Amino acid sequence: MLGYVVRRLLWGLLLLLLVSALTFVIFYVLPSADPAQLRAGRSGSLATLAAIRHNLGLDRPLTVQYWTFLKRLVLHGDLGYSYYSDASVRSLLFDRIGPTVSLALGAVVVWLLVSIPIGMISAVRPRSWLDRLTMGGALLALSLPVYWVGLVALYLFSDDIGKWPLLPGAGSYVPLAQSPWEWFTSLIMPWLVLASTYAAIYARLLRGNLIETLSEDYVRTARAKGLSERRVILRHGLPPAAGPLMTLAGLDLGLLLGGAVLTETIFGIPGIGRLNYEAIVHADYPVIQGTVLLAAMFVIVANIAVDIGYAYLDPRVRTA
Amino acid sequence: MTPLVEVDRLVKRFPLTRGVVFQRRVGVVSAVDDVTLAVAEGETLGLVGETGCGKSTLGRLMIQLLEPTSGTIRFDGEDVTTARGARLQGLRRERQMVFQDPSGSLNPRRTIGAIVAEPFAIHGLLRDRDERRARVQELLEQVGLNPEHYNRYPHEFSGGQRQRVGIARAIALGPRLLVADEPVSALDVSIQAQIVALLRDLRDRLGLTLVLISHDLAVVRHLCDRVAVMRAGAIVELAPVDELFEAPQHPYTCELLAAIPRLPIGGGQSSSST
Amino acid sequence: MSAGAEALLRVEELRVGFATGDGVVQALDGVSFALERGRTLGIVGESGSGKSVAALTVMGLTRGRRTHVEGQVLLDGEELLGATAERLRALRGEAVAMVFQDPLSALHPFYRIGAQLSEAVRAHRDVDRAAARRRALELLELVRLPEASQRIDAYPHELSGGMRQRAMIAMALANEPRLLIADEPTTALDVTVQAQILALLRTLRDELGMAMILISHDLGVVAEAADEIAVMYAGRIVEQAPTQRLFAAPQHPYTWGLLTSTPRLDAPRGAALVPIPGRPPSLIHPPSGCRFHPRCPYAREEHRRVDPPLAPVPGTPAQQVACLLPADVRGALWRRLAAGATPDEARSAAGLAPEPAA
Repeated sequence: MLGYVVRRLLWGLLLLLLVSALTFVIFYVLPSADPAQLRAGRSGSLATLAAIRHNLGLDRPLTVQYWTFLKRLVLHGDLGYSYYSDASVRSLLFDRIGPTVSLALGAVVVWLLVSIPIGMISAVRPRSWLDRLTMGGALLALSLPVYWVGLVALYLFSDDIGKWPLLPGAGSYVPLAQSPWEWFTSLIMPWLVLASTYAAIYARLLRGNLIETLSEDYVRTARAKGLSERRVILRHGLPPAAGPLMTLAGLDLGLLLGGAVLTETIFGIPGIGRLNYEAIVHADYPVIQGTVLLAAMFVIVANIAVDIGYAYLDPRVRTA
Repeated sequence: MTPLVEVDRLVKRFPLTRGVVFQRRVGVVSAVDDVTLAVAEGETLGLVGETGCGKSTLGRLMIQLLEPTSGTIRFDGEDVTTARGARLQGLRRERQMVFQDPSGSLNPRRTIGAIVAEPFAIHGLLRDRDERRARVQELLEQVGLNPEHYNRYPHEFSGGQRQRVGIARAIALGPRLLVADEPVSALDVSIQAQIVALLRDLRDRLGLTLVLISHDLAVVRHLCDRVAVMRAGAIVELAPVDELFEAPQHPYTCELLAAIPRLPIGGGQSSSST
Repeated sequence: MSAGAEALLRVEELRVGFATGDGVVQALDGVSFALERGRTLGIVGESGSGKSVAALTVMGLTRGRRTHVEGQVLLDGEELLGATAERLRALRGEAVAMVFQDPLSALHPFYRIGAQLSEAVRAHRDVDRAAARRRALELLELVRLPEASQRIDAYPHELSGGMRQRAMIAMALANEPRLLIADEPTTALDVTVQAQILALLRTLRDELGMAMILISHDLGVVAEAADEIAVMYAGRIVEQAPTQRLFAAPQHPYTWGLLTSTPRLDAPRGAALVPIPGRPPSLIHPPSGCRFHPRCPYAREEHRRVDPPLAPVPGTPAQQVACLLPADVRGALWRRLAAGATPDEARSAAGLAPEPAA
């Protein structure tokens, strides 16, 4: 097992290196426009441009530039400077990461808590009316676009414009440190909205996997041993069925940590997604580069975590 | 007289690798370990042994579905170890294989007519569609299937019938050598007898040289002239069939024979095997 | 086979049908047998014979919305078919245990074998983990698993086929069942390992005084281990006899077919293999009359219409057969077949004109 973990971590490091190289190529080598101009954005005076050029070492060979980029990144955590926002990219990201993490983690918890029981019940009673109801509902939930659901939720339940004012509306997010209660209530609607699509997918996925697992030979053996049906389902049927769900959840979380743009925008949550969106609109290159790198890192880390988790679950994988 | 197939000091090793970025060889598995064997034309040779002894690997090496790590392979007197491309392709027509799993070895998305016709297509023979169809139907009949089922799909047939399709495909090009890798293991007992009878029949009629790979000694005894017993990649005993069964020399052969359950037909005592 | 009230297991007219889109698959259609303590019954049949379904139904594992079960299954006098799910659960793994064919897929891949064994113990006994683990080790030693104290913490995929099967047997024996059902326990194993496992089963049966049902498609496997053999075809028992008797004087043409179509090491090498023609029948629309008649070389016109019941053979009440041919004709046919005649030769020698029956 330890060998497996070490191998996965090494692979992860290699991937991160590759991602950094790729980012470098995309943002430094490929642009047909002047990289300095791009970084300066719309506010570039000649002096700024000259400063940027010097900073980026644009007159040096590419390999040196890459090395500088990498050194800055790894040793100083320096992701560049946003001339548009007049702040280091790193500080911008730090400011915004809290809300994104709150939103993403909370959504994951919600959708797992919802999808697993529903998936299980449906799998244990396939083709019953309950099964058809939940799966039909799931199909509906995942067909509805998240921004539409978000807007409808606000329209119905937000306390400033909603028909039945229940929950704080858009723009009411406060950091956890400031006021835990307000933080929590402001995130309830965003969590539910963001989780809706995923819960639907996961419930359907779990149902399918579990139905299959429950027809496996080892489940028949478990029943033949005289185990209670509850134990058979929870300890013998569920773990193999949940494996793929875990993999998927890890990846989805990794992606969400890169910013759930739509949800953040609808609910006015100042997260990475919003930051990214604004940066794109204003052609703020350094920020875009920063968020891309950050998102890639989250996905890689999530990938590794999930692989390790899977090996913990299924011992046959450990020899891979 | 030159044997039809000869293998000399044949070795096949599979590497065991570890390592993330740079794969290091940490060991090898010698699936086939220095095997020398000759099969005469028209002979039926049995390759027996238990799981992992290397008999399937040896069978595949003989018809060059796998490349050996070292050693030579001769076909009809010629050294073909390094044959490639068109020459190897030509040799394929002479050497064919029947596989163990009748479900897994047939493409479920093609009709059995298409499956049996494929060898012709691959080798550019019988280009005329009607001729090809007629030949395929002839083959289906030869293996005991209804030629009118030309357009049916594998899943519409039973295991035994699918195995017949596999056999039809294998003899389509008129090979001289047929390697049958556990051809009846996956079938019901009463169907096994049908397929064994079919193989014997075809062998006699078409003058095939047959290499039968099996773990079932009784079937091997029934069909084969000579038997090679394999263990851990090596041949531990090679003898004419009567000799092997009546006077086995190697302790492992004795162990195998003793382990086979006996039927006490005629009222005799059944033997306990331990 | 005695009809004594002390029979451990008594199955009467068991019928099991599965509703499918194409119709009802009648997997068992009137199966009856009895098994006494300490005795071993071998059930032989091919795919579709119903042998596995019979075993699973005794265990109560075929219950479902689409399954229709009729008849009686009495374990020490207790009726199982009508029992509550909870009662059946309490009996499974405790009074009746089962060993399955492929131990790699029958053991859970995620858990160590020691844990799976302990689980079997704790499902029926109120013991703590340490005690359950001790019992697990004891069981692994009982089944002669080499290096049991280390292997107890191995995962199934880390063991060889033979070792896995020993572990499965150990798990089945965890609570000293009165009846052990082994469904094709050696089919997935090499022949030398098969011999070891069969020997193990025999030893355990003797040591523990268990009754055993051994299911196989291989007559040889059953011959070595069973006191009595039931031959099944298309959901019915077509012949049943004490082992010696079955091989000395088999009565049913299907049994003859099984015996003459398997190559035997003790028969002359050139002896012809006589395959049974045709294929196992559909269980949704079984053949009319005698179910074996489409494949039987000796079938008469009458056999298409009349369905023979399982009845004792005159002279040997311990042996039963479901066949319309007269007993003396059967005897004559078998004598010829055993001497190496083909079915056609045997038939004409016995004075039966060939009648097209199919």
